[in-house]
Amino acid sequence: MTIRNKAYIAGAFEHPLRLAPDHSTPQLHAECARGALADAGLTLADVDGYFCAGDAAGFGALSMVDYLGISPRHIDNTETGGSSYILHVAHAAAAIAAGKCSVALITLAGRPRSEAFSAFRPGAPEAGFENWVGQSTQNTYAMCAARHMYQYGTTSEQLAWIKVAASTHAQHNPHAMLRDVVTVEDVINSPMISDPLHRLDCCVVSDGGGALVVVAPEIARGLKRPLVAVRGAGEALKGPNGGRNLDLTTSAAARSGPAAFAEAGVTPADIKYASIYDSFTITVLMQIEDLGFCAKGEGGRFVADGNLISGVGKLPFNTDGGGLCNNHPSNRGGITKVIEAVRQLRGEAHPAVQVPNCDLAVATGIGGSLGIRHGAATLVLERQ
Amino acid sequence: MTEPRKLRAPEINPETKPFWDAATQGQLLVKRCTSCGEAHYYPRTICPFCGSDATVWETCSGKGSIYTLSTMRRGPNAPFTLAYVTLDEGPSIMTNITDCDHDALAIGQRVQVRFVPSSAPDGSTGAPYPMFTPSGD
Repeated sequence: MTIRNKAYIAGAFEHPLRLAPDHSTPQLHAECARGALADAGLTLADVDGYFCAGDAAGFGALSMVDYLGISPRHIDNTETGGSSYILHVAHAAAAIAAGKCSVALITLAGRPRSEAFSAFRPGAPEAGFENWVGQSTQNTYAMCAARHMYQYGTTSEQLAWIKVAASTHAQHNPHAMLRDVVTVEDVINSPMISDPLHRLDCCVVSDGGGALVVVAPEIARGLKRPLVAVRGAGEALKGPNGGRNLDLTTSAAARSGPAAFAEAGVTPADIKYASIYDSFTITVLMQIEDLGFCAKGEGGRFVADGNLISGVGKLPFNTDGGGLCNNHPSNRGGITKVIEAVRQLRGEAHPAVQVPNCDLAVATGIGGSLGIRHGAATLVLERQ
Repeated sequence: MTEPRKLRAPEINPETKPFWDAATQGQLLVKRCTSCGEAHYYPRTICPFCGSDATVWETCSGKGSIYTLSTMRRGPNAPFTLAYVTLDEGPSIMTNITDCDHDALAIGQRVQVRFVPSSAPDGSTGAPYPMFTPSGD
């Protein structure tokens, strides 16, 4: 059994706010849900599947279903950090294919700019051995970058090109937090946060959210939206593995990516546009290698010289400006990756960054900490 | 240089208590599986590689090499260095490199364990953490 062409993304919505001091987090979820359902031409009453992750307030779906006033017959709280929502699309497609639901709603929202945020969960098996080291997203991802540089000769200038490409796209997005186009020198000369990552190697911190509506084929065909099919998907988790054969230069996307391409029956060379989770520049570089857009260790050369810029390079990426410039709501960027891929496949991206004849796209993400334990999820999406 | 960070006492549970008891005695323990022969860290009762419960505590030499590292340059505790150290006994562990010139550290550098005390909520001394410092060997 496959999920290929068994489900379609009919609705997508990105909350326009990047700072929401006067909203509650559940309110942002609800506004995103309404937005995505309106985009699809559906209402809350049509929803019979609901998906959310760790950002959902209270008891996850148990709280949110009641808050939203929906009555799903299928729920899924799977939590893999910022990659959750990419994974949720795949799980929604599987549930639809199995007849468990026909209109699946996925929501994400959070306010890390407006309220205190902690990623630590007491009682985790690793807690006593890791919570004291002063780990943050910045220094754990930086350890991956340091090892990648040591092992493959990757340079800060090459990583900077990823930010340059994102900023080149963000100038066209009126909602983007950072709209100034930056140069490689700007990135290199920005303050060092945690060696070797500079401030401009890091994504923004934003309040906000997003939502997606995934529907059965017969429902998709009855709506007035372009048909965006889920063609293939993959998911994987990776951790330090008891400390054996530690490898911080390869992510779990080395398993989620090939699985997604295999199910879709396509190769990286077929992809017209890629949404690649960009919590940090190194996150993008490693996923590009792990998905097979280039060989392991070649990512630095691949991303350089504008190769990720729409209309310039071979692999247009994150044409909304990505997490690096546009939005990283709730410190989780997975859902905005899918939303921009849907815009591209519908031909609804900003004209300055729209990829011509964009009929095949990838959305891939890393959640948790790349340098410790993380989840990866990859989708291949097709305009039909 | 003294590590300026305030270290809260570790979260200890019955499964991991022997590790922290040994740390208080200045010994670094890992778990080794007598069924498959592999050592692992952080320590578990059930071997994560073969699923056997025939795991035993093993005292390490406390020596290893830096696999990767990053020195935090911003924030109230900067600079401090986060690293993975590959122990001579096999497993790699996430830790801090301390009592060092942070700018002189490098991947591959030899290091040795140095236990740094933590502070319990009541102000008393908590179990110490296994940090590492350059060893020169």
